[in-house]
Amino acid sequence: MFPTPIQKYSIPVNILYRVALIVTLFIWLMPLIAVMLTSIRTYDDILAGNYWGWPKDIAAIENYAAIFEDGRMARYFLNSMIITLPTVFGTLLLSSMAGFSLAMHRFKLNILLFCMFIAGNFVPFQILMIPVRGLTVDLGIYNTYYGLIIFHIAFQTGFCTFFLRNFIKELPFELIEAARADGATEWMIYRKIILPLIIPALAALGVLEFTFIWNDYFWALILSQGDGVKPVTVGLDNMRGQWVANYNLISAGSVIAALPPVIMFFLMQRHFINGLTFGAVKG
Amino acid sequence: MTFWERNQLKLAPFLFLSPAVGLFLLFVIYPIADSIWVSFHEWSGVNRYAVDDEGNLKNFKWVGLDNYIYLFTNDDEFYVSVFNNIKWFFFSLIAIPFGILLALFLNQQILGIRWVKSFFYFPFVINAVVIGIVFTWFYNPKYGSLTYLLGFFGMEPFPILSDENYATYGIIVASLFPGIAYTMIIYITGLTAVSKDMIEAGRIDGASGFTMFWNIILPQLRPATLIAVVVTIVGALRSFDLIAVMTGGGPWGSTNVLAYKMYEDSLFNFRMGYGASTAVILFILMDIYIAWFLYRLFKRESTEK
Repeated sequence: MFPTPIQKYSIPVNILYRVALIVTLFIWLMPLIAVMLTSIRTYDDILAGNYWGWPKDIAAIENYAAIFEDGRMARYFLNSMIITLPTVFGTLLLSSMAGFSLAMHRFKLNILLFCMFIAGNFVPFQILMIPVRGLTVDLGIYNTYYGLIIFHIAFQTGFCTFFLRNFIKELPFELIEAARADGATEWMIYRKIILPLIIPALAALGVLEFTFIWNDYFWALILSQGDGVKPVTVGLDNMRGQWVANYNLISAGSVIAALPPVIMFFLMQRHFINGLTFGAVKG
Repeated sequence: MTFWERNQLKLAPFLFLSPAVGLFLLFVIYPIADSIWVSFHEWSGVNRYAVDDEGNLKNFKWVGLDNYIYLFTNDDEFYVSVFNNIKWFFFSLIAIPFGILLALFLNQQILGIRWVKSFFYFPFVINAVVIGIVFTWFYNPKYGSLTYLLGFFGMEPFPILSDENYATYGIIVASLFPGIAYTMIIYITGLTAVSKDMIEAGRIDGASGFTMFWNIILPQLRPATLIAVVVTIVGALRSFDLIAVMTGGGPWGSTNVLAYKMYEDSLFNFRMGYGASTAVILFILMDIYIAWFLYRLFKRESTEK
């Protein structure tokens, strides 16, 4: 192991390491701690100049109630859910099918299609912006959930197909040959053999995609208008203009907007890291 | 044997791939081609296919290379944006040494370290709007904690985000917060795969500390570094969210990057063709970088074998 395990050092060094760990962590998270503290501060506290100390009065309930009061924040939050969940599901479905085929079928365009999916990850969003906006208008899905969901699925399928194709490629091919010899259809092989075996990969991609889509800001800006379908990222940005100097409300809104991916992350941490570091070890 | 049974293996790829490939072609590949086409036209964004009496497109006019010529010869903001993109490119790479340092710092097995690590990760899962809000506030000369920090060192606070010379750096620093978290995750995983035998061998040869890290550990972290560099650079060239949230390209366009300039030109100044030409330039820059990077990678790997 590198660096040398701390246990091999003297006790004072060990204590020092742990203290250093906590101090570094505190500094690292200071911006986020500040937001959380401010979200439970009263406005008077902020007016009095208490920005970084412990809140004098706890106004947690008042602040969080206030941001949900006019209903818009709740709408944005719900919109984010309505956009994110089907996107994650659709992306995983399409890319697991595509990944299965690219890994297990031999046909002419195989490598070309695989390269296309990889290359798609390096495209700047801006070169898609004008035509994608036009397409959603032409298809009548501009400013609807469908527009955002379908576009996200299309784009995210690139990364997920690449990921799943490599994952499925590692599975023993004999398994599939045996099933084919027994007369299983390709759909049954996908459904009964491949899907159960790639559950860890799907879980990893699922949490990762949830985070990506939830945090999307650019496409929400381009493909939506008004409050109807706007997700919480753009919504929060708009509310910020309205709340002006009510930093306690802005902070409470920020906490709400950040919460679902954070919860997801802590619940499914192992899967999350697996998805993110895919390829970091083997290359 | 039915037709289906006989041809299943030939038809299956088509059936399994067509939804994904179809959507991808429609929403990713076609738009790239269409953007390039739009960039040779003048168009305000309304009614693209409207025709005049003679049957010519009246809102969508062919102008050849005019958009590009104007971009390079007449638009100072274009150069400001390119220069800012270069700043993003280089300064966002700071996330890599910091990520390695933090990963080394955290790569110990003590009680509770798993929790500590996950708290270090978590800026990565927070969206850019929240990060942007937090840092805007951090820089605020009246309320921000940077004021306290500067005051501590006897310096005068100044409004970073409204200062033409510093605003871009202020945003880049904000982007480093999730950026470092990301590279650190990559390196922590990379470190778990470092060969124990080679470390032992190195120790026997008397390597320790920095020489050990430089000669034995770092080369083994190459796959991690590769991913960290690619993702960091692509992220830097794509940077849009933080700029939109923190400065909106201001003050006076000084924090513009190609991605943001393009968005403004197209949707606020209604110059779709012009915006598209900026997007094409960004696309080309990104492709050149990716191609160069992959080329170097392949070359190095083939010389090693």
